[in-house]
Amino acid sequence: MDHRNNGDGRLLLWLFAVATSVKLLLIPSYRSTDFEVHRNWLAITHSLPLSQWYLDETSQWTLDYPPFFAYFERFLSFFAPLVDPKITDLHSGLGYAADSVVYFQRITAMASDLCLLLGVLRLTRKAEPLSRNLICVLVVLSPGLLIVDHVHFQYNGFLLGWLLLSVSFLQDGRDLVGGFLFAVVLCFKHLFAVAAPVYFVYLLRHYCWSGLATGLRRLLTLGAVVVAVFAAAFGPFIYNGQIQQVISRMFPFGRGLCHAYWAPNFWVFYIILDKGLAFSLRKLGVDVQVPSASFTGGLVGDSSPFAVLPQITPLTTFVMVLLALTPCLIKAWRKPQPGLVARWIAYAYTCGFLFGWHVHEKASLHFTIPLAIVAVQSLEDAKHYFLVSIVSCYSLFPLLYEPREYPIKVLLLLLHSMVMWLGFSAQYALKEKKEDGESKKSKFEIGCIEKSYLMGLVIVEIVSQFLHPYFLGDRFAFMPLMLISTYCAVGIMYSWVWQLKRILT
Amino acid sequence: MPPKRKPVNLSGDGTAPPIDTWWWLTHKGTTTSFLCISLFALLIRSAVSMFPYSGAGTPPKFGDFEAQRHWMEITTNLPPIDWYRNGTHNDLAYWGLDYPPLTAYQSYIHGILLRTFDPDSVSLLTSRGHESYHGLKLLCRKLLMRWTVFSSDALIFFPAALFFVLVYHRNRAKSEVAWHIAMILLNPCLILIDHGHFQYNCISLGLTVGAIAAVLCGSEVLTCVFFTLALSHKQMSAYFAPAFFSHLLGKCLRRKNPVLSVLKLGIAVIVTFVVVWWPYLHSVDDLLMVLSRLAPFERGIYEDYVANFWCTTSILIKWKKLFTTPSLKSMSLAATVLASLPSMVQQILSPSNEGFLYGLLNSSMAFYLFSFQVHEKSILMPFLAATLLALKIPDHFNHLTYYALFSMFPLLCRDKLLLPYLTLHFLFTLIYHSPGTHITLPKTKTSSFSFTSFPGYVFLLRTHFFISVLLHVVYLTIQPPSKYPFLFEALIMILCFSYFVMFAIYTNYTQWNFSSHFRSADKEKKQI
Repeated sequence: MDHRNNGDGRLLLWLFAVATSVKLLLIPSYRSTDFEVHRNWLAITHSLPLSQWYLDETSQWTLDYPPFFAYFERFLSFFAPLVDPKITDLHSGLGYAADSVVYFQRITAMASDLCLLLGVLRLTRKAEPLSRNLICVLVVLSPGLLIVDHVHFQYNGFLLGWLLLSVSFLQDGRDLVGGFLFAVVLCFKHLFAVAAPVYFVYLLRHYCWSGLATGLRRLLTLGAVVVAVFAAAFGPFIYNGQIQQVISRMFPFGRGLCHAYWAPNFWVFYIILDKGLAFSLRKLGVDVQVPSASFTGGLVGDSSPFAVLPQITPLTTFVMVLLALTPCLIKAWRKPQPGLVARWIAYAYTCGFLFGWHVHEKASLHFTIPLAIVAVQSLEDAKHYFLVSIVSCYSLFPLLYEPREYPIKVLLLLLHSMVMWLGFSAQYALKEKKEDGESKKSKFEIGCIEKSYLMGLVIVEIVSQFLHPYFLGDRFAFMPLMLISTYCAVGIMYSWVWQLKRILT
Repeated sequence: MPPKRKPVNLSGDGTAPPIDTWWWLTHKGTTTSFLCISLFALLIRSAVSMFPYSGAGTPPKFGDFEAQRHWMEITTNLPPIDWYRNGTHNDLAYWGLDYPPLTAYQSYIHGILLRTFDPDSVSLLTSRGHESYHGLKLLCRKLLMRWTVFSSDALIFFPAALFFVLVYHRNRAKSEVAWHIAMILLNPCLILIDHGHFQYNCISLGLTVGAIAAVLCGSEVLTCVFFTLALSHKQMSAYFAPAFFSHLLGKCLRRKNPVLSVLKLGIAVIVTFVVVWWPYLHSVDDLLMVLSRLAPFERGIYEDYVANFWCTTSILIKWKKLFTTPSLKSMSLAATVLASLPSMVQQILSPSNEGFLYGLLNSSMAFYLFSFQVHEKSILMPFLAATLLALKIPDHFNHLTYYALFSMFPLLCRDKLLLPYLTLHFLFTLIYHSPGTHITLPKTKTSSFSFTSFPGYVFLLRTHFFISVLLHVVYLTIQPPSKYPFLFEALIMILCFSYFVMFAIYTNYTQWNFSSHFRSADKEKKQI
């Protein structure tokens, strides 16, 4: 079924081209250290043999993504010396920031977004025109992706494109390809592994659970495919006897529970509760040891950062994520429906974001993008997505802390909210028309609580950006960030509860 | 995921789809879609403003950025009467103020703003050549300056555009309107000059758009006030003056009491002028001093390589050598008047809204082609008028955008704005060809007798286009021969000039046709 002739595929390409022109204009904007990280990886993969990739420590930005990503960098590094040989120079290229390297890396990020385009094209090819347009606008022009990939600098669009492709195959019932693609994604970036339980349960039940003989055969095929993918990725390193080294690079648990800037997740409340308890106990005269490590420093290390509440270990977070996932897994086992896969995956990433170890705020993209696919399915989903995408985009604001990008991030968020509002209300206005006014109250309206919560975001922004520097100056510099992450954490928690409820009912 | 829905009936045989592609954007009304598009346009503007500005890092005079900053310095530190006068604190040779008082007031307000955040940036004399500051300080100053343009654009040009769109598209298909809004707000020339090169054209153009909208909604006093303000912001707004004058005159002549209505408008103009120019109206000398600053005749009939008549023909006829400046002055005046006369006469004879918009285009184009001391950036005026007509002459508008941008290509290259130039051009082309709207775009109405049907025209246009693409590449890659260092600039100029002339002939022709069409229709009515 080729729907290109109705012009919708063309619209998607058009939108992508518009997004690309915005990305091109963002080339001179602020770049985080991730830019240098990726440049260094280009240099490592280009100038060192494979056996040295995970051992090299010339720069502090060592390679810590799985091998497929290293191969990807290796692929890009074929072209880099053609632009400027200094880009891939391991030593003299350190901290290199000439126009050539900026243009090269920015353009690779734009080009790799073609993967996202492919994913969205495939995923939405059977959707209604209006829903399809909407999904395209929400994903291709997603403010989060623009901020993280094309200002801050990363390759999330590329990776999420693979994920969406995988989901699209699952929705078609082609489970084997879907599983294969997910394995590939895992070998690109292991943070995607949070959804692995969902994939596992779903594939086991939907693909393998059909009689003993076929089931076994399918299980073996699936296992073989996954093993093959992992062998392709990790094989060379196992052969070199470096697998220990690779794994230790990929999972640096020494980094602590929270990132330098707290991601708006569950642990924010935990930390605040701990601080509050410690404070009140001290007031009551109980001798509470003040923890030596500070959360805002980023590197917590081994010392216990909590004064009163029990210590959190990576294992605790792992168990909590699994516990949070369980209801969804049970549901997936009982009724494995291809149509619900996107929802479950989004839920899994939400759990990972909320309860995970050393979560980065950028990880919120992992669930906002799949949720965009879910959002057009019903009015309730649309309302939920409206809230959660605004909150997650807002939580990315501290990433771009320089005043120069201030109008850009604000305008991106405003534009996104406006487009969502227009798009969803058009969708449901149309439905209402079709159903001939059965007065089912299917109008896109934001509820009172949600509205006041979103208005609160404006107040938080004003307080943290203007009132705080004006009245307090540099004192309590951590306050604005804490305020933002706490406030956003409320929204994300709400979204998690909502998604859980939605999955169970 | 609900069961796969069947796509809404979109049959392949090209019948109109039940919902058009942009329905979701426009279903809440023009103002809402305007808001949405303007957010996008603002985003593009703020992204473009991250690129370098004119004269960055080129002492001793820098560029327009330093000029604007210098005016802020002058206006915030000296009394108004000294703004245009050479003195110990105001060296007119160093970016002396050469725009009318409203620009000076605007510099004053922005200067005050700048001073509250960064007092050094506008301190008298010492702030000159601000680039001696490095790092954070320069960055902060650049940012503040950029934000003043950004806010002026958002506060003046955007509301004016909304006003225009609301008045002009009272009853029209919505996706067309959205397309037109995007064309107006994402006008690449204006974005590149204001937010890249650094100027405040958005203010005078915004006021002009406001005046045009006021004409369309029939409130003539408002028109006079707005246009006078535009004229007092940039004297280049006078490019539009013949059109406003002739249209309003033509309308007044049709009233019961022509003299009274002309008088009313005259008073509106004079009162606005007096209010704006008040500090300089105390003595004739003061006024003459300001006026002499506004008309820098000593700079010659043309500078650089601007695609107008004088500069292009100077390859063959050395105007500057053959004639004295005064005689060139009168020659250019005569040529300009002659060129804008047809459209003026048409408007006086049969004023109509549509004809008025054509009149704006024709008179501004006449000024661009023939007046004295035209700058490349002045193409913004005819281009603005063409933008407002984009729905009427989509093809020509597309070509004009291309050549208008091309005529500024060397300037923008000098400012290191190549990437935004290409990107905005690309974005414009995308939006121009946005899917779903091309069906509803009306064909040029007068196509039956337009000269697009001339056999050689299409061929000519294609060759033109091909050469211009080639010139882009050549300009960027090949060093010009040392004997003719400006060879490529000259070629670009010739190419653009020839297109502008064709365009001007076409639009003049259309405007006249328009009225003959009308008259014949009138006659038919009478006969009936």
